[in-house]
Amino acid sequence: MAFEAFSDPTYLRSIIRISLTVSLIAVLLSTALSLPIAFAVGFSDFRGKRFVTAVINTGMGFPSVVVGLLVWYVLSNQGPLGSLNLIYTPEAMIISQLVLAAPVITGVALSAIESVDDAVQGAAYGVGGTRADVALITLKEARYGVITGVLAGFGRAISEVGSVLIVGGNIAYADGTSKTRTLTTAIQFEVRKGEFETALVLGAVLLVLVLLVNGVVLRLGGR
Amino acid sequence: MEYRRREVLGASAAGIATAVAGCIGSGDDDGEGSIADEELALATTTSTEATGLLTEINEAFRERYGVRVAANAEGTGASIRSARDGNADVILVHARSREDEFMQEGYGVNRRDLMFNDFVVVGPSDDPAGIGDAEGAAAAFDAIASAEATFVSRGDESGTHTKELVIWDEAGVEPGGEWYQELGQGMGETLTNANESGAYTLADRGTYLSRDDLDLEILVQGPIEGGPELLANPYGIMAVNPEIHPNVNYDLAMSYIGFFTSPEGQQIIEEFTANGEQLFYPEALSEDPNFQQYVPEGWQPDSSDD
Repeated sequence: MAFEAFSDPTYLRSIIRISLTVSLIAVLLSTALSLPIAFAVGFSDFRGKRFVTAVINTGMGFPSVVVGLLVWYVLSNQGPLGSLNLIYTPEAMIISQLVLAAPVITGVALSAIESVDDAVQGAAYGVGGTRADVALITLKEARYGVITGVLAGFGRAISEVGSVLIVGGNIAYADGTSKTRTLTTAIQFEVRKGEFETALVLGAVLLVLVLLVNGVVLRLGGR
Repeated sequence: MEYRRREVLGASAAGIATAVAGCIGSGDDDGEGSIADEELALATTTSTEATGLLTEINEAFRERYGVRVAANAEGTGASIRSARDGNADVILVHARSREDEFMQEGYGVNRRDLMFNDFVVVGPSDDPAGIGDAEGAAAAFDAIASAEATFVSRGDESGTHTKELVIWDEAGVEPGGEWYQELGQGMGETLTNANESGAYTLADRGTYLSRDDLDLEILVQGPIEGGPELLANPYGIMAVNPEIHPNVNYDLAMSYIGFFTSPEGQQIIEEFTANGEQLFYPEALSEDPNFQQYVPEGWQPDSSDD
C-alpha cells in the first residue's frame, strides 16, 4: 500500500518531468529578466539606487503563498488574463515561480557585481578598455556569484509548494501522468492520504534532483 | 453472474492500465496535454480523489471517450468557487445546501444525485467523553463539548466541515475553547492529527476506511450501519452553466455526468473497495429517481429569467 505510487514508474517519471520542466523554464526566464536588471543597477549610479536595491531584496523574501494568490487572481477565468485559460496549467506554475525566483537571482547577482573590486574596473579602464570591455571583465569576475544566484533561484522554484498548489491545482490524470502535480505537491498529497513513507521517498527524489542540477551547473560554471 | 463480471472488469481494468502505462511512458515525453485534443476540468472534493475512486472512474471514462479528466481536488468550498469562476467544466461535491445555492444562482445545470456514503464520529478507543453511549450524533457532540475532550475540525469549508457545523447547531453547542481545534486541512491530515493527538473528529466513512494506519475507532455510526440520518453524506454532480461561462466544455461535462450516472459508472462505484470495504453506494439509478432535483428547491421562475 505504502509504495503504491512507485509500482507504476509512469507516475514518478511524469511528476519529475513536470517539476523539472516547470522550474527550469521558470529559472531560464527569470535569469533572462534578472541579469540585465542586475547589471543595469550594478553598473550605474543614480538617485534612488539604494531604494531599488531594497525593493529587490524585499522581493527575495516575498511570501510564496501571496505570490500564488496574486497570480491566481490574474489568471483565473474572471481575472484580467482569464481569457488565456492558463489557470491550473504548468504555464501558470511557471509564472508564479518566475515571480518568486526573479528577485532572488537579481538580488544575489547584484550583490556579486557590486562586490567586484573597483580596482578591477580601474585597471580595465587604465589599459584602454571601453565600457563594454569593463562590463565583460566585471561579469567574469562576478560569475560565481551570478551562478550562485541562479542556483538559489532554482532552489526557490523547485522547492516551492504554496503557490504552485494554488495556481497549478496538483492535478494528475487517472492514468498516472501528471498535469500540474510536482514533487512538492505530490508530497503534500501523500501526506494528506497518510502515506508518509511514499512522501519521504518523493522528498529524497527531490533532494537528489536539486543536488544533481547544482552539480551540473557548478561544473559548467568551471568550479 | 455478478461475481464473474467483477473479475472480468477487474482484469480488463488492470490490462488497460498496463497498456496505457506502456504507451504513455514512451510516446508522451514531449510535454503534457499536447496529445489530448480535449480535456475535462473537474472540480471535486478531497475524499473522491484520496480514496482512489476518481482514478477508476476517470480511467474508464477515458477508455470510452478518449478524453482525459483533469481532477482538481480541493474540497467543496473551493470547488464551488472554482466552478463559479468558470475554472471548471463539471463539479462533484457533497454539501447539498451549498449545491442548491450554486444551482439557484444559475452557475450549475443538470444536477444529479450520484452516490452516497455517510459520516462517522471517530475518536480514541478509550472514548474519554463517553460518546459511544450517546443517542445520535448531536448528543455525542454535546458529550464531547461537556467533557471538553479534544475535537479537531477540518475548518476548511469542505462538505465535511459544513456537516460538522450542522451537527453542532443541532446539538445547540457553539464550539470554542482550547478543546476545539480548527485545522484548515483536508480529511486525511485531519484524521492523522486526531490519531496523533487522541482527539475526536467527524470523518466521511470512505476516507476513514481507506486508511489502514489509524488507531481511531468509529464511535457513532452513520446511516449505512443503522446510525442517524443526520450523518448521511450524499454526493451530487453538476455541469457548469455554459450560458454564464462560454469557455466551459458543456458537452464533455454532460458526457461525464452521463457516464458517471450510467449503469457502467454506477457499477464502478458499487465495486470500488479499499481494504476490502465498499466506500461509496451508487444512487443515480435508484427506483425513485428524484428528477425534481433538476430544479433546485426554492427556485422561482422569475428570479433567474433573462
